[in-house]
Amino acid sequence: MLLRLEDLHRTFGGLRAVDGVRFEVAAGEVHGLIGPNGAGKTTLLNLVSGLLRPSGGSVFLDDLRIDRLASHRIAALGVTRTYQNIRLFPALSAADNVLVGAHLRRVDPLWKRMLFLPGVRREESAARGRALALLARVGMADRAGERASNLSYGEQRRVEIARALASGPRVLLLDEPTAGMNPAEVASIAGLIREVARAGHSVLLVEHNVKLVMDVCDRITVLNFGKVIADGTPAQVAADPAVIAAYLGAER
Amino acid sequence: MGQQIVNGLFLGSIYALFALGYTLVFGVLDILNLAHQAVFMLCAYAALLVVVHLHLPIYLAFPASVLAGGLLGILIDRIAFRPLRGRSDSNISGLISSIALATILEAVGLQLFGPDVERFPLGTVPDRSLRIGDAIVSELQVVIIGIALAMLAVLTFLLQRTRLGRQIRAVAESPLAARILGVNVDRVIAASFFISSALGSASGVLFGLAFNNVAPDMGRAVELKGLAVIILGGMGSMPGAAIAGFALGLLEVFTVAKLGSSYRDAIAFGVLFLVLVLRPRGLLGQAALREA
Amino acid sequence: MNLQALTDLWLTYQSTVAFVGLNGLLALSVYASLSCGQLSLAQAGFMALGAYTSAILTVHAQLPFAVVVLAAVLVPALVAVPLGLPVLRLRGVFLAIATIGFGEVVRIFFVNLDYTNGALGIVAIPRRTQLWMIYGALAVVLFVLWRIRGSRAGYALEAIREDEPAARTMGIHASAYKLAMLVLGAGIAGLAGALDAHLNFMVAPSSYSFSRVVDMLVYAIVGGTSVFYGPVVGAAFLTLLPEVLREVGSRVGLQPGPLRLFVNGLVLLLVILFLPNGLVSLPRRLRGWLESRRSAAHAA
Repeated sequence: MLLRLEDLHRTFGGLRAVDGVRFEVAAGEVHGLIGPNGAGKTTLLNLVSGLLRPSGGSVFLDDLRIDRLASHRIAALGVTRTYQNIRLFPALSAADNVLVGAHLRRVDPLWKRMLFLPGVRREESAARGRALALLARVGMADRAGERASNLSYGEQRRVEIARALASGPRVLLLDEPTAGMNPAEVASIAGLIREVARAGHSVLLVEHNVKLVMDVCDRITVLNFGKVIADGTPAQVAADPAVIAAYLGAER
Repeated sequence: MGQQIVNGLFLGSIYALFALGYTLVFGVLDILNLAHQAVFMLCAYAALLVVVHLHLPIYLAFPASVLAGGLLGILIDRIAFRPLRGRSDSNISGLISSIALATILEAVGLQLFGPDVERFPLGTVPDRSLRIGDAIVSELQVVIIGIALAMLAVLTFLLQRTRLGRQIRAVAESPLAARILGVNVDRVIAASFFISSALGSASGVLFGLAFNNVAPDMGRAVELKGLAVIILGGMGSMPGAAIAGFALGLLEVFTVAKLGSSYRDAIAFGVLFLVLVLRPRGLLGQAALREA
Repeated sequence: MNLQALTDLWLTYQSTVAFVGLNGLLALSVYASLSCGQLSLAQAGFMALGAYTSAILTVHAQLPFAVVVLAAVLVPALVAVPLGLPVLRLRGVFLAIATIGFGEVVRIFFVNLDYTNGALGIVAIPRRTQLWMIYGALAVVLFVLWRIRGSRAGYALEAIREDEPAARTMGIHASAYKLAMLVLGAGIAGLAGALDAHLNFMVAPSSYSFSRVVDMLVYAIVGGTSVFYGPVVGAAFLTLLPEVLREVGSRVGLQPGPLRLFVNGLVLLLVILFLPNGLVSLPRRLRGWLESRRSAAHAA
């Protein structure tokens, strides 16, 4: 098991946002995380990526305990993410955003820069090339030089995914990547996710679009009020009465 | 010992009034208004001018100055803060804008009044003193502490019991929610600036009277102490600012008594560092960041 | 124009040219931290440490100038580390206040230090600074900053400035970068302090007050902090403008001191309200404005 959550808790004031969550994600697996609004999905991603400290429990990456590590250490160990409300660097171009994402893969000692050593140029164009290739993979190659704040919503989401892939992560955390997208865009993201998993990355996908999750995920965990109420294959989860009750209850 | 306490409270009341103005604007806008000290300085001069040139007694010059200070505050909001309201970096750009305005106002003060220290003419304040226990307390000190406490009481009443006060507190907590509830946020902010600068102006006049010292650079020293006070009290907390103001006054007076006057200014910054490193929210500030 | 007139002109304005260079260095020292989103206002304190270190080593230890300058760079840089570790954790305005406090503590320290004559400071420092040294130092600092941008570190700094928590989740060790830039800024300020001390014969605590670091900040903001040379443009503009206006001002009865302050404040206000990216963004804004006028004219 690549990613393992064990009895993870997070409390805010008196509220248990994440309550004893445990599940596992295997290498190369696309794992869905669904649940009604406020179920604690984004909080969970924040805990795994190190933006929040857990109040209890643990997160293991390949048997290495990663909860309580600083977020840059967690990223270095191979966990990257996108954000529910898109956090691209607005003043940077799409390509530059992806270049920042490649930070962990680049080797660019400053002293070599000061001396204008030839390797510097090569490394930089190689890094740029990789960034453009990633943008091409998400269908954004022709907008590479555009300022991130000028891109449309859907375009920004795709750039964010490219950015998260730039460091070659082992686990990619996606936070509602298709929110606000039309069906064609959703399909293209679904294709991208499958491709990413085929390339060897694991994906933890938080989503509201249940159909997408059923199509693309190997396993699904369902949260409600911070607790796991179901965990299994899409078929198992779809038939689970607790899941149906939770969603029907939420719709009321 | 009693003498130190009186001196400390006396100094502290000036710090408290100044800091209250600072923290009110910070609580409402989440921006530090560094033009506050310019109001402090200019209104001290205003009172001086009223006494010297209009030959009015200080008990008329004081409220006139306070009013003028309030109006200046509204002007400061209009020029330096309101145009930046929508911007994403409004905290820092507002801070810089207030620095700009402070510099302009200081330059005006320097040009109009020259760099030398001015004093209130003899007889502006009565010279009598009382003896309480082993302390010699001047009438001026008593009056200043009294005025400070009175203004504190009025301010508390204003914030807790009036409609404006409720609106100010609502905006301080969440401008967006307040706007949805029908509060005219810009007007409330302007009112906050009026009150804040009135407090700054009062502390300026009282400072000028207390130390018989009015100079264009008088704002600078107090500004930095004021920062220490609001950090100690907790940014955005009015009771915190008041308590911390008196506390710093007492602390400074006792430091001078025990360690000598050269350490007096250092104590404020020592406290500042300790608080920021150990408990950044200060005595009574909130830990959470303000929501939009 | 004969040679004598030129020489006279040069002598008159030589000190202004020197100040442009020094102020450029000081503006860059503030920029170092601004470039990764940190409003650090400790640089007056760092400048003081550099200036005093250099003054003491020259006057009391008679060390060669090169050694003195090196020490003036290292002392503030080293002090920046224990300052930065606790303080860089603070957000925005709290960081600003903490660093203002540091600057004041340094100033008060020197006011009370008998070894350096307290408030009077050290005087009669031999003039060792030459114009080429100031501009040489400026060129080196600009070079370093130029090479950093576009590098992996440069991208990391920009990312931290735009969105620090997001930058961290990309593996960027934000605390280390912020500390490095604080140390860099401290070294630059110390360097400027030493050069200034050996140009103006003296060091005194009053030169390193909060007003000083406000001036540095104003230079950087007015010039523009989106590019590495912006602060130097701001420093040049704000050092030269009062000189130009001084003639006009004295004819109208305005004192040079208040005039300089007024100009600084007014320019800063206009910039922050109407040209937030500083003077360096002026060409771009003008071009954009002209183009929109042209296309409006065509459409009409």
